[in-house]
Order: sequence, then C-alpha cells, then structure tokens
Amino acid sequence: MVIKKPSDIKSSEITDKKVYLARRTFMRGALLTATTVTTGYLYRYLNPPTLPRIEGAKIADVVKPAPEQAASSGFTVNEKLTPFESITNYNNFYEFTTDKRDVARVSRGFVSRPWSVAVEGLVNKPKVFDIDDLLKLAPQEERIYRFRCVEGWSMVIPWVGFPLSKLLEAVEPNSSARYVAFETLYDPKRFPEQNGGSLDWPYVEGLRMDEAMHPLAILATGLYGEALPPQDGAPIRLIVPWKYGFKSIKSIVKISLVRDQPKTTWNIQAPSEYGFYSNVNPNVDHPRWSQATETRVGEYSRRDTLLFNGYAEQVGQLYSDMDLRVNF
Amino acid sequence: MKEIKFYKVVVFINSLVPLSLIAWDWYRKQLGVNPVEFLTRTTGMLTLIFLLVSLAVTPLRKISGVQWIIQFRRMLGLYAFFYGFLHFMTYIWFDRQFHLRSTVQDVYARPFIAIGMLSFFLMIPLAITSTKGWIKRLGGKRWALLHKLAYVSAIGGVVHFWMLVKSDTRLPIKFAFALALLLGSRFVIQNMKKKPPPRTIIPTT
Repeated sequence: MVIKKPSDIKSSEITDKKVYLARRTFMRGALLTATTVTTGYLYRYLNPPTLPRIEGAKIADVVKPAPEQAASSGFTVNEKLTPFESITNYNNFYEFTTDKRDVARVSRGFVSRPWSVAVEGLVNKPKVFDIDDLLKLAPQEERIYRFRCVEGWSMVIPWVGFPLSKLLEAVEPNSSARYVAFETLYDPKRFPEQNGGSLDWPYVEGLRMDEAMHPLAILATGLYGEALPPQDGAPIRLIVPWKYGFKSIKSIVKISLVRDQPKTTWNIQAPSEYGFYSNVNPNVDHPRWSQATETRVGEYSRRDTLLFNGYAEQVGQLYSDMDLRVNF
Repeated sequence: MKEIKFYKVVVFINSLVPLSLIAWDWYRKQLGVNPVEFLTRTTGMLTLIFLLVSLAVTPLRKISGVQWIIQFRRMLGLYAFFYGFLHFMTYIWFDRQFHLRSTVQDVYARPFIAIGMLSFFLMIPLAITSTKGWIKRLGGKRWALLHKLAYVSAIGGVVHFWMLVKSDTRLPIKFAFALALLLGSRFVIQNMKKKPPPRTIIPTT
C-alpha cells in the first residue's frame, strides 16, 4: 500500500465542504421539484380543464313563449339558467364516453349533416324527414326547462325546439298506435363506445302516446339559441322535462309508432333500477340512491326534488290512475 | 441512511400535490361543472390509490429485495386515511349538510355508502396504532395481524366503487384486478418462504 504524502493533493483541489453541501442541496431541490411537477402534470392530465367553447350556428326566428301563458304551461321556469359552459361540459352520452366531463372533447368533430329521421310504424303517412325539413316543420320555440338526471344532479336549460306532437300529427298515427319508440344513430365509426362499451346499442327509448302528445314534450334542436352541440345530442333529441334525463334520447334517427310498450335501454340494462316511465319522483328511490334531493350543478348544497320535476300541474293527470311505485 | 429522511420529504410533498391542486382550483372556482361530485369522486379515487400503493410496498420489497422502501409504508397508509377522511367529509358536509339523522337513514338505505363508510372506519384503528409506541405496546405479531385490516378496507373500498357505477365497470375492475394481484402476491411469497427453493436454482454469483 502506497501512502501518499499529504502534500500530493494540493489544498486548493479539495472540494470545499460548503460547495459539496451546496451541490447536494441543489440536487435534492432539483429532484423534489422534478417529482412534484411530474405529479402535478399527472393530476392535470387525469383532470383536464374544459376546452374553449365552439360557437354554434345561430337559430333564426326563435319564438319565445308568451309571458301570460308561460308560467301555467310550464314552457318557462323562473329560475337561474345553468351556464352554457356547464350544459356542454357535463354530459351523459355513453356512445362517446362514460366520463361526463370528457364527452365534450370526445364528441368534437361529430358530423350531424346530412341527417335524416325516419318516422314509421302504425301511421298513415310514414316518411323519412331530412333534418332541414324537420326544422321547418314547425316554428322553433324557446323552452326553459328543469333537467333532472337520475344520478341526482339538475340544470335549468333554455332549449330550442318544437312540440313532438307536431311531427306525430304530420304522419297521422292510426288508432292502434299506443306507444312511440325512439332510436339513436348506430354508427360505431362516429360513436366510439358503440364498439363494445357498456350498453346495448343502439340506444332506444319510448313514451306512451299521451305522453308523446303532451305539449311539454319537445324535439330539441338547440340550446341558448344555437344549434345543439354534439355532446348534447346533435342534431335533434327528445326532451321530456318531467322524466329523468336518460328518457330524453339524443341524436335520433328513427321514431316508430307501435302497439306494445317498447324496450328501453336502461330498463334492459337494469330492470329493477330503471322503469319504463321513470318520472321524476322524490318519493320513489332508486335502489342505490335516494331521489328525495338533488344538486343543482355548481351549488354546494342539495335542494328538494319536486314531483314530476315541478311539472305535476301539467302532467299529473296522465298518471292519475297509476301506482307510481309500481310503475316507476 | 440520512438520505431516507429526504426521500420521505419527497413522498410527503408529492402526496400533497393533488390536495394542493384541488384547493387551488376550488379557490379560483375551477372545480368543474359539478364541484361536489368532482370533490367526492377525486378524494375517493385518491383514497383507493393510496391504499393500493401502501399495500404494494411489502410485496415489492420482498420481490425486489429493496428493503428500505418499507420506510414509506406508514406515510402512504396515513395518506390513504387522510384522503379517506376528506372523502367522508365531502359526503357529510355537501351531501348531508351535517344532518346526523338523514345520514343514518341514508347509510341504511344505500348499501354502497354503508360499505364505504365501514371501510373508512376500519382505517381509524390503523391510523391510531401506526406509531412506534403502539407497535411496541401491541407486539409486532399482533400489530401485523391488526394491520391486515388494510386489506379488508381496500376490498371494501373497491366494492363500494363498483356498486356505485351505473353500467361502466371498467375502472372498478382495474382496481379490483390490482388488489387481487397484491393479495395473490402475498400468498405466493408466503408459500415461497415455507418451502425454500432447491439449492440449484439459487444463482451462484
């Protein structure tokens, strides 16, 4: 073993202890910063901010409900409107994705022209309507409705649309037609989750004839005066404000008048949880959660849910002879 | 090893990042369209993630032979408890408005909440007995047995998550799979200990 004389290493070459410690502090600081930033980015990646708004086409000549009839008809409700950003960034549209916050992004670029809606079944004049003809079928009206999701959240939405009854009258249902069946577009190229996914496709819904003819039931083509964005069911969807949101089927391509009660998607998925009627009812709980209260999106407390979503005066008589617990 | 103290700081700070961003987004009103649902979902997710990560420490240590990672286990477990507490509070505060009676009724009416709450309550004794003093008081073996409850809590947490989704079970299935893997690896490791492998397999270098 060679023992070097201390003089071999010049004292100037020995790293100063301060420098050595400073270097270690720097390395530690760098590591701490790098990992923290990475974790932060991971969180942001998993919880992305909402995308900037896309301006939709303005709908011309929207008729507002006359003030004197608006309140009693239920055509408008005197509550704070849910912002456009909220209505378009919180959607249940399982054909795109089951992540409500991500539907807006996934549905970007969804093409809803050309589009046609076939109205058929027990009618005298079956017809395939082009979407642009449908828009001219009746005046486009503004309807400000409460919207209550079965999950326990709600919004107030200024829809643009026309009564479903106008379309049904145009095809002349015959006397044996007792129900109306609706169907969403089936196109796995445009609806990615239709490749597999978690529901039976296409999405189907249905109404009883008297429900479908009710003036509150509309085919919506827009909201806030603009054409319906893809995530909200472009180009045309059903709105039945006294029922849970999933009844208001989106992106409709087929409407059939039928004799027997049609199958409905969520009822097929879980018959004990989602009935055919699915009227908003605070007294009949969903098996897995209470329906007594709801969160108006953006609020930090819950409010009482109203029977028929507050439209009891208008639609109550449709169900006067029914046990709403059995026919939930 | 003095380094370990520093790495503990790194893990500690990183585990606080989600909470800091949630608080920051809350402050600037950027928690999204339905903040209550977001808070509930995110804190619940973080609880499950920290539970699974804390449960992964022991199998990882045994498989990799890197002994010092055990030093992070307590902190990760306590973070699981901490985020679980926040999750519990979002429910008690925003969903129930601190109403005891309606909470009791709700827990009774909704089994998935009962299971979630039970899983959270199971973590309380684990958090309390996480100190060195308690390990001594209970004795290592009994302490280890008690802390097997972490698995029960994790199973309950995953079941709770599974029960509340409407139809898309893909994410809860991933959590369940990860948990099954962790549980399974324990059994494999335990069996390996009982029957030492034949000498020939042991690498000579």
